[in-house]
Amino acid sequence: MDHVEILSRIQFAFTIAFHYIYPPLSIGLGVCLVFMEGLYLKTKDKVYEELTRFWVRIFALIFGIGVATGIVMEFEFGTNWAVYSRYVGDIFGSALAAEGIFAFALESAFLGILIFGWNRVSPRVHFLSTVLVALGSMFSALWIVVANSWQQTPTGYRIEGEGLKARAVVTDFWEMVFNPSSIERYSHVLIGAFLAGSFLVLSVSAWYILKRKYVVHSQKAFTIALWVAAVSSLGQLFTGHKSAEVITKYQPAKLAAVEGHFETAPADMYLLGWVDAKKQTVTGLKIPGGLSFLVHQDFKKPIPGLNSFKPENRPGAINFVFQTYHLMVAIGMTLIGLCWLAIFLLYRKKLFQNRWLMGVFVGSVMLPQIANQVGWYTAEVGRQPWVVYGLLRTSDALSQAVKAEHVLISLILFTLVYVILFVLFIYLLNKKIQHGPDVAQENLESPPSKFNPSLI
Amino acid sequence: MDTILGLDLPTWWFLLIGALISGYGILDGFDLGAGALHLFFRKEQSRRIALNAIGPVWDGNEVWLVIGAGALFAAFPLVYGTLLSVFYLPFILLLLAIIFRAISIEFRSKEEMKWWRTLWDVCYCLSSSTIALLFGLILGNLIQGIPLDKDYQFVGRLRDFFNPYALLISVTVLSLFMLHGAMYLAMKTEDRLYAKMTILINQTSKFFILCFITASMATLIYVPHMAAIFHKYPVMFALPVSAVLIVLNMRRMIEKRRYLRGFISSAVTTALLLVLFASGLYPNLVLSNYDVRGNISIYEAASTDGSLRTMLLFAAIGMPLVLTYTVFVFWTFRGKVKLEDTSY
Repeated sequence: MDHVEILSRIQFAFTIAFHYIYPPLSIGLGVCLVFMEGLYLKTKDKVYEELTRFWVRIFALIFGIGVATGIVMEFEFGTNWAVYSRYVGDIFGSALAAEGIFAFALESAFLGILIFGWNRVSPRVHFLSTVLVALGSMFSALWIVVANSWQQTPTGYRIEGEGLKARAVVTDFWEMVFNPSSIERYSHVLIGAFLAGSFLVLSVSAWYILKRKYVVHSQKAFTIALWVAAVSSLGQLFTGHKSAEVITKYQPAKLAAVEGHFETAPADMYLLGWVDAKKQTVTGLKIPGGLSFLVHQDFKKPIPGLNSFKPENRPGAINFVFQTYHLMVAIGMTLIGLCWLAIFLLYRKKLFQNRWLMGVFVGSVMLPQIANQVGWYTAEVGRQPWVVYGLLRTSDALSQAVKAEHVLISLILFTLVYVILFVLFIYLLNKKIQHGPDVAQENLESPPSKFNPSLI
Repeated sequence: MDTILGLDLPTWWFLLIGALISGYGILDGFDLGAGALHLFFRKEQSRRIALNAIGPVWDGNEVWLVIGAGALFAAFPLVYGTLLSVFYLPFILLLLAIIFRAISIEFRSKEEMKWWRTLWDVCYCLSSSTIALLFGLILGNLIQGIPLDKDYQFVGRLRDFFNPYALLISVTVLSLFMLHGAMYLAMKTEDRLYAKMTILINQTSKFFILCFITASMATLIYVPHMAAIFHKYPVMFALPVSAVLIVLNMRRMIEKRRYLRGFISSAVTTALLLVLFASGLYPNLVLSNYDVRGNISIYEAASTDGSLRTMLLFAAIGMPLVLTYTVFVFWTFRGKVKLEDTSY
């Protein structure tokens, strides 16, 4: 790999991974805000209004950083991947432009009303703005995931021209949009975002409950977020399975890589393990034939191994993809257990007294974040060496005009700025959480005794 | 080739992207300009008002950049890749300035300490000015043409971008945005801050007119290909004439303190200057000053007619929506700024 390629890949991976901390939080938090403010309109209970105002402040912080780091992504296609931009412009460009015009404009315009409009518009119009911002962020994700899914499973196109002049052009727009992995991957990404946002609410609320602050508010917020998270956790199992089926059909080399499957034979499913790509062995705990069963409902059915693909068409980092994939699955399973245990305790009215479980929820905010990250690493590293699967190699997609030293400079600058940005983000998030919701005096009274943790 | 109302699809997209860039210049132009003026306000109260004047709208204004870039990517991918990679470091700096500006606006009011606020005020002012200057620098180079060979490969050096003409255009863009922003702030402020704005408007308008005259002369002398269109179509001469008239009208409105009309005039000036540039370019998008075969025309760069048609449909549905939100938000936050508990 030459220097421009490796540096550009590191830069893209770093900037997209950093960016991806924020949009899932906004999407998930947007859903929680719709429920909070909707309940306020329905019940006229001030507690819900105070909760909404508090979470809107946190939403604004997260959204702001998401936008700033997101613009970087749009431009990076052109700055570092000019050949790619030219190659996919007819397709990817349309999706990106649609995102801007249909989704990003919507969310950004109404965000102003959401944050600053409390005294300027009626509660209903404010609620409508909240709904539109939440919807806008989901539309954004839709177009971006459609564009990315087309890179994974391209359809509805034909190739024109040769060499540097080659490009993919749309033959059927809707076939391009609804390519074989769009729906599966979009739903998986969206639900991952619901988990990220709802777990932030769960974590902060659990912390307040442990600290015996804002207990009434926090129990309400926790309950809302818990339902969002619990339903999502199951949805993730389903959409994850669907995504695996798509990979089986359209990206067999990626499927083989995630389980470290080298020879064409019935494939095992590992619970955890370690791949030695040189010796082509996997050491770990496995269910024999598990992968075959998972994707074909047959323990005996053979699955093409990595050795059946030409070396230049195999993903490079097998163990990396193996580990990221298994970490994602393990976290997914943990979240299901955690959420439904909490639902059970909520039903038995024992949840908020359980200080141990509340402590777990405080820390659990990291779990969906990590799962979202490693899930994407699996998808993107597993797609290598292709940038557009089977059509354009990552090494052929670079900007010709850019020199390695320029990419090094930009990478250093991005790293510095993003470190500063992240430190400030955590500092301000913590400050907002420490400050808590602005609560009117009459809502400060103790919660009903059966919910009061201080009695335990 | 498909045509709609007698214009082919690449031409439609040329116009549409021009409109998006103008929209961006007009909208983000005033909030960037307000940022560039930020350190002229001394008192904490004034700075907060100035910041809250753009508070609810700056993010929506930036959307126009996102849409404009997305449209360029979709309609003319070759140009998108070429321009962004040729101006690699200027665009990276632009992105970093956009990030710094966003966090300055967001973070400034979150702490009371004086050093904290001063730090973000400086950062906000510098990043806003940098964005305006970088756009100007890139524009200045595009007017002159960039060194591309017949395969559209860049054969120049980074430091050539910092030539006197490009720097002049860069300062001109900054001066226009500062004036534009000053008039916006005058409409949003009252009492002593308003009085301060009237002085600032007066000074920035003189600064802009000086830049405007110098830049016009320099263009006629050093970039004759931009004037070639006037020989071909003398009727196009109406464009620079109306630009001059509008600048004069703006000056008159400033004397009369009719700042809404002045603001509209500076908006129209922004658009007209871009129209002048576009009419000098058409049917090219990028001019090469190295090899005439390196000129990238809209036909060479365009996506397929099918995609352009689909996207035009999207734009026909989407742009009225975007305009509606924009008007709705500006209407909601109309009038003078009042600091509230949700303010920055």
